[in-house]
Amino acid sequence: MKNKIAVQVDDLTVAYNYKPVLWDIDLEIPEGVLMAIVGPNGAGKSTLIKSILGILKPIAGSVAIYGKPYDKQRSLVAYVPQKGSVDWDFPTTALDVVMMGTYGSLGWIKRPGQKEKKAALEALEKVGMLSFKNRQISQLSGGQQQRIFLARALVQNASIYFMDEPFQGVDATTEIAIINILKELRKAGKTVIVVHHDLQTVPEYFDWVTFLNVKKIATGPVKDIFNDDNLTKTYGINYKVVVSD
Amino acid sequence: MLGSFAVLRKQSLLGDAISHAALPGIAIAFLITGAKDTNTLLLGALISGLVGTFWIQGIISKTHLKSDTALGLILSLFFGFGMLLLTYIQKQPNANQAGLDKYLFGQAATLVESDVWLMSIVTGICLLVLLLFWKEFKILLFDADYTKTLGFNTKFIDILITTFIVLAIVLGLQTVGVVLMSAMLLAPAAAARQWTNSLSMMVFLAAIFGAFSGVFGTAISASQNNLSTGPVIVIVAGIFVLISFVFSPGRGLLFKQIRFIKNRRDLKLHKTLAFMYHIAKTHEDISHPHTIKILNNFQGYTKGTLQKLVDKRYVKLESGNWSLTNEGYKTAANLYNQQSENNE
Repeated sequence: MKNKIAVQVDDLTVAYNYKPVLWDIDLEIPEGVLMAIVGPNGAGKSTLIKSILGILKPIAGSVAIYGKPYDKQRSLVAYVPQKGSVDWDFPTTALDVVMMGTYGSLGWIKRPGQKEKKAALEALEKVGMLSFKNRQISQLSGGQQQRIFLARALVQNASIYFMDEPFQGVDATTEIAIINILKELRKAGKTVIVVHHDLQTVPEYFDWVTFLNVKKIATGPVKDIFNDDNLTKTYGINYKVVVSD
Repeated sequence: MLGSFAVLRKQSLLGDAISHAALPGIAIAFLITGAKDTNTLLLGALISGLVGTFWIQGIISKTHLKSDTALGLILSLFFGFGMLLLTYIQKQPNANQAGLDKYLFGQAATLVESDVWLMSIVTGICLLVLLLFWKEFKILLFDADYTKTLGFNTKFIDILITTFIVLAIVLGLQTVGVVLMSAMLLAPAAAARQWTNSLSMMVFLAAIFGAFSGVFGTAISASQNNLSTGPVIVIVAGIFVLISFVFSPGRGLLFKQIRFIKNRRDLKLHKTLAFMYHIAKTHEDISHPHTIKILNNFQGYTKGTLQKLVDKRYVKLESGNWSLTNEGYKTAANLYNQQSENNE
């Protein structure tokens, strides 16, 4: 079943100054997986996502989305940035932020109309934030802000979702709400790629995993490759996890 | 108007740097043409302002220097160069040179009709571009990386915003001058931010505040002798900012303090009431009287808070003893339930 390749990365190398942050990454992500990217701080997890999405310019390598260059396939891809990457004191409302998800399909100059508003409201409903639609974004809690970001990506109605640490600084309720939405996306045949920090929850949340530490250590189904050996290779210390079945 | 974008981009000082960077442009334009034609001089200012801005952005992205360092560097470098050229021009035997220094502090009185026309036209263009690209400006300001993934050319939007900020500054130079221009750009925007939480309202208010400062400032300076217009306009704008900081209902200092005090007082009353409710529960008669000493012994509640509860008829005072009324008991019980609901 899982034979179609959603995202293919070839020989990707990224450097900020002299030191490479990512070195010669080859990666194939099959369609319909819920994948975690794990690795220590500075391993280049966010950088990997950002260079796949063209936010950062790689030194070498190429990215293909369903076999075509990313530039031609933008509408298939949605991105949820780290919550801390924006200024939440910006004067706007929750609904307004979610509406931004429709800007891409609108293109230049055209304004969002009723259709876009309806889509945004539906997305807010899905993340359980409908009653906060007119709330100032500065008055939302961390978990609520994360849900707004997720709703903004849902509005794009993409096939592939990239998320940068969606569980960072959110409470347990939000974490469960988010993971349920991600699992629903997978059920609908979408591909979801998540930068993730909490190793304990990897087997519970995800079915696919990529170990990253500047180089790609391993990638594949969680049940096959999520083991002490790979964790030790990635984190450089003797790591023992209890994988419950 | 455009200042709103500078403020929200946390590039407030950029305005300062640009206006200073415009000075050598004015001087060079004068040196090349030898004439004091306003449009040529402003064109020079525009070009050197833009050069300065892109250098600043280049320094930030190519080196490890922080943005404030880059701003300061370019600001003083361009300003110093501009002053050098100005003094050189002043030494020249060209009768035309007098009056170039008006760009330092501005001289609204020297504006002629064609200048006003130019300003109106450029303002109109700014407004048009702002309306057309409103959506793009907004999303770029809020989340630049995300904008890129949606397929927008963020560099283009960025250059567009920057160009119009520079344009606005250069036009203002004649009125308020190099040194004070950034205040003109930022003050209305900072004031507007205090009153509203919506971007469109903020831009609108900033435009209004800016226009009012201009009108009031000119009127004041015209009614007095020896008051130059530019500084007066800036001071008026500054007063707008001050008033906004103190009196705006949402973010203002005054209302914040009032809300804070009121909240504390309410909480104190609630605590006293809840405390009395607890004692009352231990007695069969809910209105069992207590002396203030007993209450005081427990947590040191003041007579003041008790008196306020009496005013609300939650507590009654009989011959030096305080007791809970039926109403007070009910309110306290509700309060208690509310609290536990909130905690869930």
